[in-house]
Amino acid sequence: MKHIISLFVTLAAFWLLNSGHYSVLILSLGFASIVLILVIARKMDVVDHESQPLYLTRKIFGYHLWLIKEIIQANITVVKHIWLGKKSISPSLKKIKISQQTDMGKVIYANSITLTPGTVAIDLVEDEIIVHALLYKDIESLEAGEMDRRVTLLER
Amino acid sequence: MDMIITISSGFFLLIGSFLCFSGAIGLLRFPDFYTRMHAVGVTDTLGAGMILVGLMIISTDFLVFAKLAMVLLLTLLIGPTTSHVLAKAAFHNGLTPKSLSNQEKNNKEISSSNT
Amino acid sequence: MLIAATLAIFVAMILAIIRGVIGPTLYDRILAVNMFGTKTVLLISLLGFVMGRPEFLDIAIVYALINFISVIGVLRYSDTNQFKHSPNDNESLKKEP
Repeated sequence: MKHIISLFVTLAAFWLLNSGHYSVLILSLGFASIVLILVIARKMDVVDHESQPLYLTRKIFGYHLWLIKEIIQANITVVKHIWLGKKSISPSLKKIKISQQTDMGKVIYANSITLTPGTVAIDLVEDEIIVHALLYKDIESLEAGEMDRRVTLLER
Repeated sequence: MDMIITISSGFFLLIGSFLCFSGAIGLLRFPDFYTRMHAVGVTDTLGAGMILVGLMIISTDFLVFAKLAMVLLLTLLIGPTTSHVLAKAAFHNGLTPKSLSNQEKNNKEISSSNT
Repeated sequence: MLIAATLAIFVAMILAIIRGVIGPTLYDRILAVNMFGTKTVLLISLLGFVMGRPEFLDIAIVYALINFISVIGVLRYSDTNQFKHSPNDNESLKKEP
C-alpha cells in the first residue's frame, strides 16, 4: 500500500510541475490519468520494493552528497588527462570483487562506478564486476573499497 | 543581489561549456572506443550538470526551475545506463580494448570466458 | 555568457559529428550519436533562455527521453549477433571503393 502511495505522490508531483495550468477540468483530467497509470502498473505487478525503494530514503541523501564530491574530483582528473594527451593514460580492464548481498546494492554500486567519469562497469556476474578504467590508479582506488563500503552501509 | 546572480550563473555556464568542449576534444583524441566513452562521461555528468545549474540560477519562475531539475535528473539517470549498455554490447561482440602490455593476458582471459 | 555557452555546445556537437563520420567501429558512431543527443538537450534549453521562451524546456525533456529510447533500441539488436565485430572490418571497408 505504501508503495502505491509513493508512486501516486511521485506521479502527481511530476504532472503538476509539468502542467502549469490549475483549472478544475485540467486537474481532474490529470487525476484520471494518474489513476489509469496506477491501475496499469498494478496489473503489470511492478509496484513493489524494487521500483519504489522507500527503505533507502533516509540514507540515500548523504550518499549522493559524497558521490557528487567524488564525481567532481574524477571529472577534474579526466579533463586533465584529455588535455595531456594519449601518452599519459593507462587504460586497463579488471574483475573486481563486490561485497553487496542484495540486487539493489549491486545495482547502486555498478551505477555509481559508471556515473563516475574514468571508470565504466561493463558486466556484472554473481559477485564479480568487470570494470574498465582510464587510469590504473582508478582501479586501485576502487579496490581499496571506499565506495564499496559506503554502498554496503546503505543496503541495511 | 542581481550582480551576484549574473556572475555566479556566468561562472557555472563557463565551466560547463569548457567541460563539454574538452569532452568533445577527448572524443576525437583518445585512441580507442572504451577510452572515448570516459570522455563522453565528462560531458554527460558534470558538463550538463554545470550548464543546467547555471540556468537554474537565472531562472525566475519556479516551474522553470523544476523543469531544469527534471532535465538534470533525467540526464544523470540516462547517461550511465546508455554507456553501460554500449560498453556491454561492444564487449560481448568481441571488441577488445587496447590496454597496457602487462595486462593483455588478463584481458584475453576475461574476454574468452565471456564470449 | 548564454550565447558563449551556446556556441561552445555547438562546437562540441560539430566535433561529435566528425567522430560519428570517421569513427572506425560501429560503437564509436553510436557513442557519437548519443553524445550529440545529450548536447541537443542542452542546446534546446540554452536557446530557450537566449530567446526568452523557457517553454522550450518541455521539448528538451521529450528529446532526452527519445534519445535514450533510440540508443537502447539500436543496441537491442546486439543480442542477436548481427553486430559481430571482426578485426578486419575496417580494412575491408577501406578497400571496397
